[in-house]
Amino acid sequence: MIWGVLQFPGSCDERDALNACEVVGDEARLIWHEDRTLGGGVDGVVVPGGFSYGDYLRAGAIARFSPAMEAVAKLAAAGGPVLGICNGFQVLCEAGLLPGALLRNQELRFVCKQADLLQVDGPKTPDIEHFSAHQHRLSIPIKHGEGRYYAPEEMLDELEAKGQVAYRYADGHNVNGSVRDIAGVRNERGNVVGLMPHPEHAVDPLTGSTDGRKVFEALERFAS
Amino acid sequence: MPKARVLIRPKEGILDPQGKAVERALPALGFEGVGHVRVGRMVELEAEDPERLGELCEKLLANPLIEDYEIQPL
Repeated sequence: MIWGVLQFPGSCDERDALNACEVVGDEARLIWHEDRTLGGGVDGVVVPGGFSYGDYLRAGAIARFSPAMEAVAKLAAAGGPVLGICNGFQVLCEAGLLPGALLRNQELRFVCKQADLLQVDGPKTPDIEHFSAHQHRLSIPIKHGEGRYYAPEEMLDELEAKGQVAYRYADGHNVNGSVRDIAGVRNERGNVVGLMPHPEHAVDPLTGSTDGRKVFEALERFAS
Repeated sequence: MPKARVLIRPKEGILDPQGKAVERALPALGFEGVGHVRVGRMVELEAEDPERLGELCEKLLANPLIEDYEIQPL
């Protein structure tokens, strides 16, 4: 599988995302935000973390209008796998590719620590079929100031009913005040996934956990 | 060009930690009796076609899921 990793002005995790994609996939390449196409052969895309366009106005609000995001929207519509991490999650929400919004952390502090997540099972879980026998617990770093997931109550009920909650913070690990401990969601089809924690920083034993690979691998299986 | 001011504020019922932090700081400065502080954003602009400001707010200036906006012609 060939991964493309978007690069906006202000992205800062694209190199780690590229590395993670190379660890789990066959090949990975950077895609500049002004590119109108993803380039030949790209099967899946990562929208990485950072502070795209300085997070001006709202995190992800400007990045969603970049030419490369139009190409990502096309890939998503065609069923291709798209993974949004942290700022990338915010971009996908602003672009309407994922439901909900990310707000300032409840305690107003930037949080940087290792956290436990649960990969959540649901009626439509192609991206986590591997783990469907039980809720898999992952140890993955988080680092963000605006990660409080929010959606109106009726939307949350719908998301849960359709199995669109993809990741939850384990008990005691919801550090930002996200509603219903939601750390990540997927679209109805299951091919677009976004989460605040950083799986790309957890692919090498050197940094303490390789659980992040499971997040990428899950989407890879979805694509194959 | 016609000028306008756009006020953007967190929707009612959404926790506004910035407002809460401001509220908590006030008594220490001797400002008692101030409550329900909400912090939003204000955008001033000039628009050739003020009719399109609503659409502009929906698409960019505000996120309608979490924010309300109010357009004030100046």
